[in-house]
Amino acid sequence: MTAAEIPQSRGLRGALSDWFWRNPGMTLFLMLLPPLLWLGIIYLGSLFALLLQSFYSIDEYSGLINREFTLKTYAELFKPANLDIILRTVTMAALVTVGSAVVAFPIAYFAARYAKGRWKAIFYLGVMLPLWSSYLVKVYAWKLILAREGILNWTFAKLHLTWLVEAWLALPIVGGNSLSVSHTGTFLVFLYVWLPYMILPIQASLERVPGNLIEAASDLGATPRQTFWNVLFPLALPGVLAGSIFTFSLTMGDYIIPQIVGTSRRFIGQAVYAHQGTAGNIPLAAAFTVAPILIMGVYLWFAKRKGAFDAL
Amino acid sequence: MTASASSAPPPALSPAVTFEAVSRHYGAVRAVDGVDLAIAPGEFFAMLGPSGSGKTTCLRLIAGFERPSAGHIRLFGEQVEDLPPYRRGVNTVFQDYALFPHLDILENVGFGLKMRGVEAAERRRAAAEALELVKLPGYGARKPGQLSGGQRQRVALARALVNKPKVLLLDEPLGALDLKLREQMQEELKAIQKSLGVTFIFVTHDQGEALSMADRVAVFSEGKIRQIGAPEEIYNRPRTRFVADFVGSSNLLPPDFVEKRLGARRWGSLRPEQIALRPAGSGEGAPARIASVSYLGATTRLGLETAPEEGALRLHAAVPAAAATGLALGQMVEAAFAPEAIHLMEDAP
Repeated sequence: MTAAEIPQSRGLRGALSDWFWRNPGMTLFLMLLPPLLWLGIIYLGSLFALLLQSFYSIDEYSGLINREFTLKTYAELFKPANLDIILRTVTMAALVTVGSAVVAFPIAYFAARYAKGRWKAIFYLGVMLPLWSSYLVKVYAWKLILAREGILNWTFAKLHLTWLVEAWLALPIVGGNSLSVSHTGTFLVFLYVWLPYMILPIQASLERVPGNLIEAASDLGATPRQTFWNVLFPLALPGVLAGSIFTFSLTMGDYIIPQIVGTSRRFIGQAVYAHQGTAGNIPLAAAFTVAPILIMGVYLWFAKRKGAFDAL
Repeated sequence: MTASASSAPPPALSPAVTFEAVSRHYGAVRAVDGVDLAIAPGEFFAMLGPSGSGKTTCLRLIAGFERPSAGHIRLFGEQVEDLPPYRRGVNTVFQDYALFPHLDILENVGFGLKMRGVEAAERRRAAAEALELVKLPGYGARKPGQLSGGQRQRVALARALVNKPKVLLLDEPLGALDLKLREQMQEELKAIQKSLGVTFIFVTHDQGEALSMADRVAVFSEGKIRQIGAPEEIYNRPRTRFVADFVGSSNLLPPDFVEKRLGARRWGSLRPEQIALRPAGSGEGAPARIASVSYLGATTRLGLETAPEEGALRLHAAVPAAAATGLALGQMVEAAFAPEAIHLMEDAP
C-alpha cells in the first residue's frame, strides 16, 4: 500500500477533527463545560444563595434582614398559620399526583400498547397541544368553565344533576360558593394543567414493557387485576414516579392557579410570593421554599427504599 | 406411552388437546386453516414447520392468547375457546423466556403459585424444588438480567413446571441457545417429560430437534398440517414433496426418474445415506459427476450431478468418510441405490 491510498487531512478543520478524535477526554470536557457552568453557577448557585437566606432572620420592628445564622425563621414555619399552608399544599400536591396517575395510566397504556402510526401521532398531538397554549389562558378558561354560570354547571343542569354539584359544594373543605372558588376547582385545574407531565413518562415506561410479559402473567394464572398489580404497575412504576415528581413539585411551587381558581386560603407558592414581595420577608420566603425541596427529598428516598427504581 | 406408528392419534378416552376444524384468520391471511388434531395425555408432541406455517399460532390458540376464527379446541374434553389463558391450567415456556425483570428468580418461579393464593413459605419451597429440577439450585436470589441465556431458559421451564400443568407448551424454547447447550437441553427436557408424565407440546422449526425429542410430529405448512406421525414415519415415509424436503435433506426424484426404476409414475424421495458410490462404468448405478465434497466427520456429504440422460439431477449422498477418500471434484462415479429405497409420495406427478 502506498501513502497516497490514505485520504489526506483536509486543511485546518480536518486537522481539528483529527485532534478531537485523538483526544476524546478533551472533546467531552469542552462539550460539558458550558452546561456545567450554567448548572453549577446559575442554577445551583442561586438555589444555594436562596437556602442561605433562609438561615437569616428579619427584624420585626425595623423590617431589616439580620444576616446572622439562626433557625428562628424555620421555627416560624411551624406556627399554625404557616404549617397550615404547608399541609394544605402538600395534600393538594399529593391528591393532584394520585389523580393524574389514575387518569394518565389508561391513556398512556392505550398509547403504548395499541396506538400505531397515525393514532400515535394523534395521541402525541392531543397530549402536547394544551402545552403549546399559554398557561394563563388555560387557567382563566377554567375559571369560566367552573363559574356558577359556566358551562359545567349548565351541563349538569341540563342533565338534571344540579343537586349533585350543590351537594358536593355543600361539603366542608372541598366545597364552596361555586366550583371556581373551591378547592375542588383548584384540584381540577391543577389536574388538567399537569396531566401531560404524567402521561408522557408513564407512556415511555410502558413502551418498554414487552407484551409477552403480560401474556406470561396471564399464562401463569394471573387475572387481569393481578397482572396489573404484579407485573404492569411495578414495571411502569419508574414512569409513574418520574411523572409524580413533575406533578408533585409543580403543584407545590405554583402560585398562580390557586390565586385565580380557588379559595382565599394560601398555598406555599402564594406565601413565597407574598413574603418576598410586599412583606419583604426574604428569609421566611426562602424557608418556605426549602419545605418542598425537603418533602421531595424525603419522597424520593422513600420511593427508592420501596424499590420503585428497581425496574429501571 | 409408546409412540404410535400410525398417523391416527393414540387411543385415549379424552385427549389432552383436541382441535376440531380450527382456523385462525387475520383478514385474508389464514394463519391456521382447518386443523384437526388430537394429542394424547403424556405425549411429547412436536409441531414442526417453517416460520409462518401456523405452528406458533396453534400453540397460542391452546394457551388462549388467540381465539379461533372457527372450530373448537378442547382440553381433556372440555371446550376452552371461550376461556381466558388464566383459567386453562396450561403453562407456556416462551421463546424469549418472558421472565419478569423486576422479580428475582425465586419470585419468578413462584409467580403462578402466588396468583393461586399459595402461601409464601410453601411457595418458596416449591419454587426451590423446581429450580433443583432444572439444575439451578441456589440461584433464587438473582435477577433474570444476571443469568445467561441457558439459565434463563431453565428458569422459564421451572416457572411453568412448578404449577404442575397437565399440558406444557414450549415455543421454540431452545432457539436462542448455542448448539452444545441445545443438545444438552434436548436430553434434559426429554428426561423431565418422561419423569413427570406431563403432555409436552413443542414448537420448533428444527427438524432434527423435532425428530429426536418427540413421540409424534406434526409437519405444518401454510396453516395446515401436512403430515402427523412418529419421527421414523415422517422421516422415512414423507407423504408429500414438502414434507420430504423440509424434514431432513431428502433427494427429490422426479416422476420420470422414478418410472424408469419402479414403473410407477410418481414423485419419489431418497435419503442421502441410501446412496452408495460405485466406480464409473460398473453399471451398478446412475452415472454422475462429483460436484461438491463436504467432510462432516463420520460421513462425507457429496453433491452429485447425474448425466443428462438421467435428467441432470442434483443428488446428495452421505457416505462413510472412508469411502470418500481420494474422490476429486469433477470425477465420474456411479450413484447406486436399491429401487426399494425409493419412497413414493402422494403428490400428483
